[in-house]
Amino acid sequence: MSQILMPRLSDTMEEGTIARWLKQPGDRVARGEVVAEIETDKATMDLEAYESGVLEQILLPEGGTAAIGEAVAVIGDGSGSGGAPAASAPAAEPRPGPAAEPVAAGPVVAEAPAAEPVAPAPAPAAPVEPAGHATSLRTSPLARSLARRAGIDLATLAGSGPGGRIVRADVESVIARSDPARPGEPAARNGQAVPAAPAPAAPGAAPAAGEDDEVVPLTTMRRLTAERLSESAKAPHFYLTTVVEADALLRLRAELNASLPEGAGKVTVTDLLVKACAVALRAHPEVNASWGQDAIVRHGRVHVGVAVAIPDGLVVPVVRDADRATLGEISRQARDLAERARSRRLSPDDFAGGTFTISNLGMFGIDEFTAIINPPQVAILAVGAASPQPVVRDGEIVVRTTMKLTLSVDHRVLDGAMGAQFLADLRALLEAPLRILA
Amino acid sequence: MTIMTYRQALHDTLAEEMRRDDSVVLIGEEIGHFEGSYKITAGLLAEFGPTRVRDTPIAEEGFVGAAIGAAMLGMRPVVELMTINFSLLAIDQIVNHAAKIHAMFGGQVSVPIVIRTPGGGGQQLGASHSQNIEVYYAHIPGLKVVAPATPADAKGLLTAAIHDDDPVLVVENLGLYNAKGDVPDGDHELTIGTAAVVKPGTDITIVAYSRALTVALEVARELEQDGVSAEVVDLRSLRPLDRHTVVASVRKTSRAVVLEDDWLSYGIGAEIAATIQEGAFDYLDAPVRRVAAAEVPVPYAKPLETASLPDATALRKVVGEILDATAFSR
Repeated sequence: MSQILMPRLSDTMEEGTIARWLKQPGDRVARGEVVAEIETDKATMDLEAYESGVLEQILLPEGGTAAIGEAVAVIGDGSGSGGAPAASAPAAEPRPGPAAEPVAAGPVVAEAPAAEPVAPAPAPAAPVEPAGHATSLRTSPLARSLARRAGIDLATLAGSGPGGRIVRADVESVIARSDPARPGEPAARNGQAVPAAPAPAAPGAAPAAGEDDEVVPLTTMRRLTAERLSESAKAPHFYLTTVVEADALLRLRAELNASLPEGAGKVTVTDLLVKACAVALRAHPEVNASWGQDAIVRHGRVHVGVAVAIPDGLVVPVVRDADRATLGEISRQARDLAERARSRRLSPDDFAGGTFTISNLGMFGIDEFTAIINPPQVAILAVGAASPQPVVRDGEIVVRTTMKLTLSVDHRVLDGAMGAQFLADLRALLEAPLRILA
Repeated sequence: MTIMTYRQALHDTLAEEMRRDDSVVLIGEEIGHFEGSYKITAGLLAEFGPTRVRDTPIAEEGFVGAAIGAAMLGMRPVVELMTINFSLLAIDQIVNHAAKIHAMFGGQVSVPIVIRTPGGGGQQLGASHSQNIEVYYAHIPGLKVVAPATPADAKGLLTAAIHDDDPVLVVENLGLYNAKGDVPDGDHELTIGTAAVVKPGTDITIVAYSRALTVALEVARELEQDGVSAEVVDLRSLRPLDRHTVVASVRKTSRAVVLEDDWLSYGIGAEIAATIQEGAFDYLDAPVRRVAAAEVPVPYAKPLETASLPDATALRKVVGEILDATAFSR
């Protein structure tokens, strides 16, 4: 028998929620067969069985959440022998080890690992609880008492001990990082700011919900968005705004679309912006970079993320190698990504590896805004609506279609002049848009 | 302070107590003319004469019983059992008589007997002469069991044992007899039932007693160089057990390992681990670990015997595992 563990389905994933079990206890499963759907931070993914057998026990019911590496089900030979680990205290019984093999003499070390089976077992207590509270946490007693005193919800922490056990260090790093206003800030681990866990309920800090109020539980996506952006907001930002005359750009777009066959997807302003940014990023490698705590990484490839609003949140799928892709390819990629984002069929790969992000709210009539950087990237472009405006040309007031671009920049990585040069080049590209296609 | 061996400290303490109190007498095999298998009683027959230093036949049950009787009648006999392995021949006298007489006779008599006996392996004495079975006695209410780890404690605990009105087993160790250390001059008596924090620390508690303490200290000193502050607790007394000191230490460090020369199952470490979880559960950041002897009759062949005994390497490994399991940053 073996346990099916919550897999790591994306770089940012800390835990997953069982959206649906496709197999029920007693069902035969073949290796590679999908047994459940897992909702991660951004997508719903298939959970495949890694070995064949009979699904003997579901440890995590639908709707239940488990950290990566926690057991969610047991696969066995059908005899049911695999179903026991949950209830059996023997998780804590020392393995006989050398004792059972007198020939292999050597000092006996009572193996704590006996309590840490190779596959992390669920904590002995009730792995399948009636409703909702499906996760059984592994914590050290000390971590538990520290969390209790600090008012931290352990369910929001990722454990760094064996089998994901939450230990003192995990709780203390949360306490250490939390300022009085925001107790329970997610911990940074491995030296890198990781959007780890939901901000634990802070007694006193949480708004009280009255009778007329609705309490909306955080979706995984909402929580992750909140964390990543909170994390990002701590970086020192500065903002640069420029006004682009967009007439040529819009003309180009119209001409391109007019030349497309009937029924073909139209090129959008965002597509042109992706391409223009990619070209500008290629020329400004210092902007196509990431903050890596003790170093800055300048990326060799240009992957431009485009923020897409979907009903329950925000996702940023990534257009790959946008500097090398043709406008048509970018347009097709972006359309496909946006569609799949709205139907939540994006895979983690679709989000991964972005080196720069564009957020366009022009279609909502927003003139200008500032965006929060998508970490660990170092800049994000906020695009406002293109609209006719009076401008002064050669001493005359004329009407031009203008568009405001605001670049948010991580000052740890880039200084004002570097950001300004990038933005100036980008504006020049957009105002002479044939260069984008060159 | 005087630097002397553990052996010398025991010898001097016996001589001193015999000079101080005429009721202190010695009894055992080969302790007089031969001056003891390990020479603890060297010169004592010459000084105190055959009435107070009695050689016996090879009959442990008999002479332990005789000592118990003498103790009931007011003497303070100090019995030497050549090794703790031979105490098994006298276990009925120790467990059923010495330990129970005071309670079973309504406190009318006490049994102020001391049984000195070395345990320990590592001397290539074979399986039946290399055991650490002090737990047999530490299990028995009515007995006191002490296990000095240093020359100073040998003096302090043997003195306390002789002064005590209850039967006290003083567990010595073959591997310690030649160990040297500072011993306080003049009166030095420890309180039976008190453990000692022999090296303070903040990151992990290492509990040990007798010879294992030496290993624990060695490892603790190495850990110090690696930036790990280990606290070493010497139990000193196995019964009564100073649970308070152990628990207080673990409450401070949140991590614990027991190093014991006896076998793992049902050993002293098991009792310590249980004590810790009872007294410091909410302070534990990882399971209490135990490092003990391999569960085999101690082999005679030197490489096998060495391999069967817990050592610094085994302790270091487990300490490392505990630190890793608690995300300790070094």
